[in-house]
Amino acid sequence: MSAAERDQDRASSRNGWLLSTPALIVLTLFAVGPLLIVAVYSFLTPGKYGNVEWALSFEGWRSILYTKDIFDDTYGLADANLTIFWRSLKLSMLTTLTTFAVGFPTAWFIATRPPKARPLWLFLITIPFWTNLLIRTYAMNEVLRTEGLMNTVLMKLGAISSPIQVMYTDTAVFIGMTYVYLPLMVLPLFAAIDRFDMRLLEAGYDLYASRLQVLRRIILPIVKPGIIAGSILVFVPSLGAYVTPRVLGGGKQMMIGNFIDLQFGQGRNWPLGASLSLTLLVIVTIALLVYVKYANKESAHG
Amino acid sequence: MTQANAIEARNVIKAFGQGASLVKALDDVSVQINQGEFFTLLGPSGCGKTTLLRLIAGFEMPTDGLILLEGADITYLPPNKRPVNTVFQSYALFPHLTVAQNIGFGLQMQGRPKAEVDKTVAEMLALVKLEALASRKTSQLSGGQQQRVALARALAPKPKVLLLDEPLSALDLKLRKEMQVELKRLQLETGITFIFVTHDQEEALTMSDRIGVMSAGKLQQVGTPKEIYTRPVNRFVASFIGETNFLTAETEAGGARLASGDFIAIAGMAAAGQVTLTLRPEQLSIVDPAAAGAIAATVTSLVYFGTDTHVNMTLRDGSEVIARLQSPASGDAGLLAGQAVGIAISPGAAQIVED
Ligand SMILES: Nc1ncnc2c1ncn2[C@@H]1O[C@H](COP(=O)(O)OP(=O)(O)OP(=O)(O)O)[C@@H](O)[C@H]1O
Ligand SMILES: [Mg+2]
Repeated sequence: MSAAERDQDRASSRNGWLLSTPALIVLTLFAVGPLLIVAVYSFLTPGKYGNVEWALSFEGWRSILYTKDIFDDTYGLADANLTIFWRSLKLSMLTTLTTFAVGFPTAWFIATRPPKARPLWLFLITIPFWTNLLIRTYAMNEVLRTEGLMNTVLMKLGAISSPIQVMYTDTAVFIGMTYVYLPLMVLPLFAAIDRFDMRLLEAGYDLYASRLQVLRRIILPIVKPGIIAGSILVFVPSLGAYVTPRVLGGGKQMMIGNFIDLQFGQGRNWPLGASLSLTLLVIVTIALLVYVKYANKESAHG
Repeated sequence: MTQANAIEARNVIKAFGQGASLVKALDDVSVQINQGEFFTLLGPSGCGKTTLLRLIAGFEMPTDGLILLEGADITYLPPNKRPVNTVFQSYALFPHLTVAQNIGFGLQMQGRPKAEVDKTVAEMLALVKLEALASRKTSQLSGGQQQRVALARALAPKPKVLLLDEPLSALDLKLRKEMQVELKRLQLETGITFIFVTHDQEEALTMSDRIGVMSAGKLQQVGTPKEIYTRPVNRFVASFIGETNFLTAETEAGGARLASGDFIAIAGMAAAGQVTLTLRPEQLSIVDPAAAGAIAATVTSLVYFGTDTHVNMTLRDGSEVIARLQSPASGDAGLLAGQAVGIAISPGAAQIVED
């Protein structure tokens, strides 16, 4: 390539950038703008009836982890908040693992159907998306509640003598989130498995690998991009879940999402809500970085 | 038993599908393949070559019959329990592993100690001359290099039998020739029994100790390249391997009389009715039409191939015959279309084949 040609190339790619500036400006405004507002609010003082007063304060950030004792004004660890953080993390990780455990065989099943049948199966997987999340979650309520489907069937079968209390526990939230987020795991897994060259399975068996070794040493490493994508798609919204813990966990089994909501509502502590939101963002980012780095290291010594 | 066959297939039948759509990919195939042999399965597309290999590898179970490895029945043994490795037509290299890791995969799965794996991988890399590429990902290799990795990967666990399903068909002609030499060298150096599948007859003739010619799920003939070429048992084998002329003839004592009325002497022949004769074009020569025993013919056209010249002729009854002559230095065979000539046949060249 001559120098002149190179210059021309550079010029045309510069023009491409110019053309996309309006879009970039809009994107920046909508992505960075709200985030900035949240960041600023987290350093202000709560107003009496919600909103904020324009006075610098670090109380919002401090009260994420510490509470002020109402009698002697000393600070102690905010156990209640930590419980909420821990529950959010625990439930999100459990949900991610379970959707993977259920989603992988499902995606494998779909990807190994005859090409003509695959669209139908994918279609079935996406049907839940057609219904509003809230309604689906209330439907789950119908299944799980004491006089609900699950307990009635189990009682009729004689598996249990009295109804199990599942509603308003972590278990209910976990079951609900697994149900809601399962398609988000299945779809990227399917995309990855669909690209997988099935002839490699025979190559593996031919080279003395057992079925388990073929799964661990060949299939999983090769479809890993799909596993990572699915895990992120499930884990991130799980961590910030709002509707599911609200409906199935009742008021008590709060997750970070509900806790943030509380600050902007009854809690009337917008700065705490804002700092919690940013904390959630940071937790998600760190979790993703750790996960992706770990996942890549795995493949390096494959 | 002095030395068991490396592989034996006994009356193997393999059917796919049910009822009306039933296909017999293999129809009563029996073959014995010797230890250390370079055995080639040759046949047109769809004749069942891949199916036979897959049965030997263990990817499929026969509908009926037995597969034996060194005399032991392995018909229903899963592939990861058979000391048999495959070089796949598509290579099927593991894309997430490096060249060295691909080659070491089989040994690792066998649970060999790391030192042994590393040592064997190094040997294999040297054997296929890929030392410089050991830590590359396989997607960054050329077709020929991938081919070598596939070979090294299959050879590394030192299998008793190596199966190769058209391993060269994806390569261009020059690379193909190189790899043919390479394969032969590897087989001699390792002493491993090779079962090689191809539908290229020249490849089969040049590389094999023995060839099994297949057609429509049946093994038509098994023999050395020379046997297959010079003594084909039937019309299919004769025409699939090399070019040939077929002529119908009536046998008589001491020879056969062609439909044109000409007589071809065949030692030890007794009258046995109508037969089909095969005559290889290079076994024919053009002589003076008046020469003793010459078959009268008329030249219809000449085709110059460089080293050879093909002479297309018709006999008196109109049947067509091709002779292949070595081109003279001048390139001009000294024949003209329409010229009346005589054909002489090398002794022993005329073979009777079944239809
Ligand atoms: N899994 C299968 N299901 C149904 N029919 C099959 C299957 N595998 C092979 N066949 C049929 O069996 C016959 C033999 O196939 P095979 O693949 O062994 O042929 P081949 O000799 O290897 O041909 P090629 O040279 O084209 O590779 C074909 O008619 C094929 O359609
Ligand atoms: Mg084949």
